[in-house]
Amino acid sequence: MASDDIWILGIKMTKFGKHPDKDIVDLASEAAMAALADGGVTMKDIGILAAGNLMGGGGVGQQIQKQIGQTGIPVYNVSNACATGATALRTAIMAVKAGEVDMGLAVGVEKLAGAGLLGAGGKPKSDKKVYEPKGRYGAVGSVDGRIGTDSMPGVFAQVGMEYGHKYGGASFELFAKISEKNHAHSTLNPLAAYTKRMTLEEIMNDVMIAYPNTRSMCSANCDGAAAAVVVSGAKLKTLSLEQQRRAIKVKASVLTTDPWQEACQVLPDVNTLTKNAARIAYEQAGVGPQDLDLVELHDCFATAELVHYDNLGLCEEGGAADFFLSGATWRDGRTPVNVSGGLESKGHPIAATGIANVWEVCHHLRGEAGDRQIEGAKVGLAHVIGLGSACGIHILEKSGL
Amino acid sequence: MSKQIPFVDYLVLGDKPHLVANECTDCGARFFDRRNACASCFGTLFKKVDIGTEGIVRAFSIVTFAAPGVKVPFVSAIVDCGGTSVRCTLTNVEPSPEHVKLGMQVRLALVPVGADDDGTEAINYGFEPA
Repeated sequence: MASDDIWILGIKMTKFGKHPDKDIVDLASEAAMAALADGGVTMKDIGILAAGNLMGGGGVGQQIQKQIGQTGIPVYNVSNACATGATALRTAIMAVKAGEVDMGLAVGVEKLAGAGLLGAGGKPKSDKKVYEPKGRYGAVGSVDGRIGTDSMPGVFAQVGMEYGHKYGGASFELFAKISEKNHAHSTLNPLAAYTKRMTLEEIMNDVMIAYPNTRSMCSANCDGAAAAVVVSGAKLKTLSLEQQRRAIKVKASVLTTDPWQEACQVLPDVNTLTKNAARIAYEQAGVGPQDLDLVELHDCFATAELVHYDNLGLCEEGGAADFFLSGATWRDGRTPVNVSGGLESKGHPIAATGIANVWEVCHHLRGEAGDRQIEGAKVGLAHVIGLGSACGIHILEKSGL
Repeated sequence: MSKQIPFVDYLVLGDKPHLVANECTDCGARFFDRRNACASCFGTLFKKVDIGTEGIVRAFSIVTFAAPGVKVPFVSAIVDCGGTSVRCTLTNVEPSPEHVKLGMQVRLALVPVGADDDGTEAINYGFEPA
């Protein structure tokens, strides 16, 4: 329920100073847990987390959740230079004000003391290299390769293989066929980074990056941007008939993070949060997967597309392989997936993709997609997932005009 | 005899090398890293638990391209050790789809990483075909 009066229920700050033994997540967790306790509530009561940090690598909100509570709530990682903390607070307030949640948590954290300790400033006492345990696993060297993989193609290869182990039916060839579909679709998309048809043999014989993902089965690194203007229904009614006719209704706009599951901190769980986001989106929109005329989902790797058929409810649980093999997700099938060419062929300029795939859906709903138009498209779904993790789903509907 | 240290602090060396996890005393959730609280139930009390050394491979990838300095190819795997999933690299196995299979039985093995300038040896863990 939307609210005009907003209150601060709990609030805390840590001692500011030098904390050489604490990383940003220690500090942020300390502040967050203390603010929750100060307010007499727990992470269970919180509906949204807004987290601000400038110097860290990003994704601090999810890192905090992974220490103090993975409840699957939407996370907004924010940055506005020295105004970052206020921006985090403003974001939480906006969500409560809009009536999306009753309670939000905002956190701001930074490590700037003795930059010499962390970075270039400190000079080693000698040139001797001596093992020193570092980080939350007390590692004396780089873990990548020695203990599993940190690379995206490798992580998502494991995600696809995990599905195959659980339900059967997955093979290198199957994943390559998914890639074949997306490369074929892209030939009709002049905005795609790559528009080359590729045969199954070409895809399977391409350079192997992380089995079973070959290079053509990986999202294409490229440059790009996308932008959208959002308007209220009340304001839209005051605009021209043409603007009203081409406007696309946002029937659902959902963001989730990964709730705690066994193994989720060992291999990212990209499934539960997508299933949750899909369920909420279908409820918000009042539609089901069978009502979708097209889907643009996050095929960061061909192995990822397979699991999202299941996660988005496009097929029955465990049935993603059979669903694909039935031809359902080709542009002439009953649930066209990634007619744009997907991330594998259209490309994946990371921060742009979440709006670019909404653009693709809108393009079809407006009847303006030319050669690749899905005839009579009225309802579409756009899905993205970022590791750490966060899943965004939008369901769009053609205007009735 | 030169000093040996574990590559990560959740590996215990000695007569019976094994992994150790932090288990939440309230809900039993297990974690391999240093904790601020339990991500599952928000509890703040943990106890150390030994993880079994036998398991099965429930996901894997043979990585042939990695960041500079990372030796390829290697087999990244998720091993189910009696209900606790463990991230690892497989060792003593040919890194090819003919030799690595989902569901294969594996056991903990030690993998020397090298010595530092003081002669201290770092010992890592992996899993090898059982």
